[in-house]
Amino acid sequence: MAKRDRLSGNEAVAIALRQINPDVFPAFPITPSTEIPQYFASFVANGQVDTEFIPVESEHSSMSAAIGASAAGARSLTATSSCGLAYMWEELYIAASNRLPLALALVNRALSGPININCDHSDSMGSRDSGWIQIYAENNQEAYDNMVQAYRISEHKDVRLPIMICQDGFITSHAVENMELLEDEDVRNFVGEYEPENYLLNPECPMAVGPYSITDYYMEAKRNQAEGMKHVSRVVLEVAKEFANVSGRDYGLFEEYCMEDAEYAVVMIGSAAGTTKDAIDALRAKGEKVGLLKIRLYRPFPAEEIAKALSHVKAVAVMDRAEGYTNHGGPLGADVMAALFRARSQALAVNYIYGLGGRDVRVEDMEHVFAALKQIAKDGDAGETYRYLGIRE
Amino acid sequence: MATDIRKLGVKAGWKDLTEGMIIAGAGTSREFNTGEWSTDKPEFIEDKCKQCLLCVPVCPDSCIPVADYKRGAFDYEHCKGCGICVKSCPFGAITMEGVE
Amino acid sequence: MSNLTEIRWHGRGGQGAKTAALLLADVAFQTGKYVQGFPEYGPERMGAPITAYNRISDKVIRVHSNIYDPQYVVVVDESLLEAVDVTAGLKKEGAILVNTQRTKEEIVPHLKGYEGEVYIIDAHKVSMATMGKYFPNTPMLAAIVKVAGIMEEETFLREMKASFSHKFAGKPEVIEGNMAALKMSFQEVQ
Repeated sequence: MAKRDRLSGNEAVAIALRQINPDVFPAFPITPSTEIPQYFASFVANGQVDTEFIPVESEHSSMSAAIGASAAGARSLTATSSCGLAYMWEELYIAASNRLPLALALVNRALSGPININCDHSDSMGSRDSGWIQIYAENNQEAYDNMVQAYRISEHKDVRLPIMICQDGFITSHAVENMELLEDEDVRNFVGEYEPENYLLNPECPMAVGPYSITDYYMEAKRNQAEGMKHVSRVVLEVAKEFANVSGRDYGLFEEYCMEDAEYAVVMIGSAAGTTKDAIDALRAKGEKVGLLKIRLYRPFPAEEIAKALSHVKAVAVMDRAEGYTNHGGPLGADVMAALFRARSQALAVNYIYGLGGRDVRVEDMEHVFAALKQIAKDGDAGETYRYLGIRE
Repeated sequence: MATDIRKLGVKAGWKDLTEGMIIAGAGTSREFNTGEWSTDKPEFIEDKCKQCLLCVPVCPDSCIPVADYKRGAFDYEHCKGCGICVKSCPFGAITMEGVE
Repeated sequence: MSNLTEIRWHGRGGQGAKTAALLLADVAFQTGKYVQGFPEYGPERMGAPITAYNRISDKVIRVHSNIYDPQYVVVVDESLLEAVDVTAGLKKEGAILVNTQRTKEEIVPHLKGYEGEVYIIDAHKVSMATMGKYFPNTPMLAAIVKVAGIMEEETFLREMKASFSHKFAGKPEVIEGNMAALKMSFQEVQ
């Protein structure tokens, strides 16, 4: 039986972790993710989990310890935000290239500078090429549900890659919302025991991790790693299907809201998608054919499926909560536009940079975006494709 | 399952590599002929050898086999030709080109 | 009460406005509502102006923006009347609740011509009388529940008692003071 509750996003993720009861959790605090290890430490102190909780001296160390634990054969994770993720850079690539299934509860926050503690996606976007799976949440419920599904995806024998479970700093991490929790036993059964095939602490068959690869091997090694990524979409959908049986909540690679007959669409990631849904309802009531494609799985990027979902739209706005400094838009914009190009889409596409450093996104802002799309379709010209939303001129 | 490293030659395709390039199983270095790396090899002059065995532990590749408290011939399949054994021998029983 | 109630809290860091917003979300949740309670973080330090928000609805709440046109505004620290535009966007069918030792007539001129209802409570008096220390958030929480008609006094007190008993399990004396503050505030708000 599901349990109705009201929790902040950080509490929700911490509770998912209590229910999962991982083996090792090294952590170093940084706003706004600090509460996750903080709540979890109290679960450890209360004996509600038997996790080895390791307070370390930096994020470089927390990720290193999580990697070491995973290589040893333990189910491990850590949590961080912003500069903490930046300080893990080197280790992110090591976790992925060593094909170590481990989780990172990421609470998205802007990178310095100027110094800012609020939400944008520049931290995780910067790590999008590190070989990690990235899954994003719109609200606390999704953050919880994604955390529960994380290890099933990450540890799958066809995948064996680390996974980042992202949610928006403060907007969901520190906001109390209604949600449903699964029973502890249901989560335990769903996640199951971790049984690695090879691991360091196996006396029957010890192993070497992270060997040096000369030029003769490096490229083949990277191609071999890419093969794991190729299986992620399928596994994400398989796990989502099983999760729906337990929870009654459906998940895909992305969510389509009012997309069936949409002529104008917004593509975005994270909490502002909820705000966009309210804007869509208001515009639909006036007869406007508007829709939303909300990305859940960002790495790997389900390009073909997204292009297909957008195949009938006249104009699309891709919303980036991170700068790319390419002079033509942000990372999501680049990914979606490449997908549209390859699908020979005729849609007029623009890319908005929005919500940096916690800049609030209102229903009215999204109505403005849809109005701009309508104008673009009418003009038959996308005009400036690299735009800023809600900027003071 | 232990990795069969004989399959990991430089002609191996990407599908033949292990996930994450891990090497499972112990003692796999036996299968890896580092002897190919050397240009010069040490030479064992048995007449001068007092069987003190000082050369045995200093060899980084365990290329000096011991049986019945006596060292045997070099394992040239794994000897990289580093010359440390030459330096360790008090009796001049090991020589190598370029090593005094 | 209309389907969606939006409340904006103005306080200063350390006065517990965020905690009050979270408690309000908590107690409204217990009555079967959909809720949101969230802070807006500026500089994190004692005394800096902070804002917190509540949405309470019969329907699922999806919007994740701040609240710009609230029905209710709670001012936990009256010095903010000069420092912050507390009535910005406040609906005139709504109300503002101010913690003050002054009279309503003295407060109104500081509300930039706000035409809606004005309520006041002396949270300092309530807090000192019931808890012996100045914790303005407990009286303000009870006062806004009454002003906004979020729930009946009896239900509110019952839910709060359960919440406090859980939160302060080891300090029963704290529960008593807080409960007395809530009860007194229902009478004191005017």
